[in-house]
Amino acid sequence: MPDNTLVRLIDVCKRFNKGSETITIFDRLELSIPAGDFVAVMGPSGSGKTTLLNLLGGIDRADSGEIHIGGIRVDALSESALTRWRGAHVGFIFQFYNLMPMLTAAQNIELPLLTRPGKDRRRHVETALKVVELADRKKHYPREMSGGQQQRVAIARAIVSNPDLLLCDEPTGDLDRATADEILSVLRLLNRDLGKTIVMVTHDAAAARHARRTLHLDKGRFIERDLAA
Amino acid sequence: MNDLVLIRQNLRRQKLRSALMAVSILIAFAIFGVLVGFERSMNAREQAAAADRLVVVNKINFTQPLPIAHYSRVRAIEGVRQATHLSWFGGYYQEPKNTLIVTAVEPETYLEVYANDYDLRPDARAAFVRERTAALVGETMAEKWGWKAGDRIPVSSDIYVQKNGSRAWDVTIAGIVRGRTPHIGTNFMVLHYAYFDETRLFGKDTIGWIALNTVSPSVNDRLAKTIDRMFANSANETATDSEKAFNRAFGAQLGNISLVVVLIIGAAFATILMIVGNTMVMAVRERTREIGVLKTLGFSRVRILRLILGESLMLALLGGLPGLGLAALTAVSLRMSSSSLFSALVLTPDIALTAVVLMFAFGLVTGLAPALSAFRLKIVTSLGRS
Repeated sequence: MPDNTLVRLIDVCKRFNKGSETITIFDRLELSIPAGDFVAVMGPSGSGKTTLLNLLGGIDRADSGEIHIGGIRVDALSESALTRWRGAHVGFIFQFYNLMPMLTAAQNIELPLLTRPGKDRRRHVETALKVVELADRKKHYPREMSGGQQQRVAIARAIVSNPDLLLCDEPTGDLDRATADEILSVLRLLNRDLGKTIVMVTHDAAAARHARRTLHLDKGRFIERDLAA
Repeated sequence: MNDLVLIRQNLRRQKLRSALMAVSILIAFAIFGVLVGFERSMNAREQAAAADRLVVVNKINFTQPLPIAHYSRVRAIEGVRQATHLSWFGGYYQEPKNTLIVTAVEPETYLEVYANDYDLRPDARAAFVRERTAALVGETMAEKWGWKAGDRIPVSSDIYVQKNGSRAWDVTIAGIVRGRTPHIGTNFMVLHYAYFDETRLFGKDTIGWIALNTVSPSVNDRLAKTIDRMFANSANETATDSEKAFNRAFGAQLGNISLVVVLIIGAAFATILMIVGNTMVMAVRERTREIGVLKTLGFSRVRILRLILGESLMLALLGGLPGLGLAALTAVSLRMSSSSLFSALVLTPDIALTAVVLMFAFGLVTGLAPALSAFRLKIVTSLGRS
């Protein structure tokens, strides 16, 4: 494994049972993502894009194979160890933001910090808010913000605990073009200036162009095209 | 921010729903506090009964009188340490609805038999024994009517009339009696039997029942049999039993209070439990996706379980504690009402403590099903649900 490899999948298999039928999503899937990369994953519906993110984030388990992230074999971790690892090393950004409606922007961003001991939570939250340029909206509730602003809060929440890996599931799927470009600019900034490794699932070719490279998933295998400008 | 803030904010998200659930719980605990307090007050006489005390009543029914001659014969039996007699007066103050628990007693012997039950100042004791029209009033009754030593008041009877046609006996309060333990009720008045017997139109030379202290509780059974045997086949046969049994029989006139209380409280709690439990299940189900997000962010399953149980516990306390407060206010209000039925109704600390324990149990029971469901929920499943 090269020194700068952050994500590595070896012979990963994943199947789902649908009634009496077994559907194979991945059959001996291999993947390697170096640290600091920004990868877009595209593919037709049902190709396993979201399943891939779930496996990388440790919120779903592979049937067989190995998943190494940051030198840790996450598929072998116990449930509680996996939860701790996820809280410390992975940031999630969802299509529909998934903010807690009863919490303010600042409180939403603070959530991942509640899972670990530590001081200066407020300072971390302030920093994350500055990165997404929402310092003036910290006391606003999700219902008081636009879709783009809510997604920025979700991004701040994903980066507040300074994770190595950001997993984005259609982060611009619910936004108009201009707002989507703003969000993608923030992601690019996180990748370029803060060195975050990003794996982004998207249907949007325009969004994928913001990534350094795009992986196409088809029938459980990757077809790689280099789109870096 | 901490878990408490999360719990509080979750309760606030549907304010009306949370308020309605809290009010339901409030009503359940208000019912609990008042009814258990009532049940305790009804059973207080039983708990306060002395182990070495027997009560001799007419075998037909304890409301039937006994000839006063029985009293002299009972006193003379070996094993009787002290004895006194009491007669039900059937009292009220000013209006029949203002019921008073009044008995006519023989002052010296009454004070001897009940010496261990009540505290009375020596000067009040002397005044009561000395003055033919004197009366002793229990602390609860005195507080209720605002009476004090030296007050002269008319006490009417709904059973007896005087020879002059009046139903009212004027008495002077010689002193206020205090119970030595919390179980001893003080909502009563005693007046002189001699004064009562001499002036009443009918029932002369009869008494209601005899109370006696034995030399030891171990002789109670033998003594009770001796007394009843003594009056067997007479015109006024007796039934002698422990004071505890007598008090229980007295309370049973109103029916099985404990059973009624248990049934009402059980029905109230079962209903509220189902309503709140069902609402909690729905409330948590609506948050399935959020629970998945929290798990994704690194919240452990145990912590999620704790958060939901914390929410149901907080809800139980938010409803239960004011409910207990309402019960205490209701108890005071009922105690101050004219009905003597509630005169000893008190929300004691042990009832309050039991209620708080019940609140925790209520919170745990109503939160357990949704908490376990959230505990088991897979992230992938929860994120897939809208």
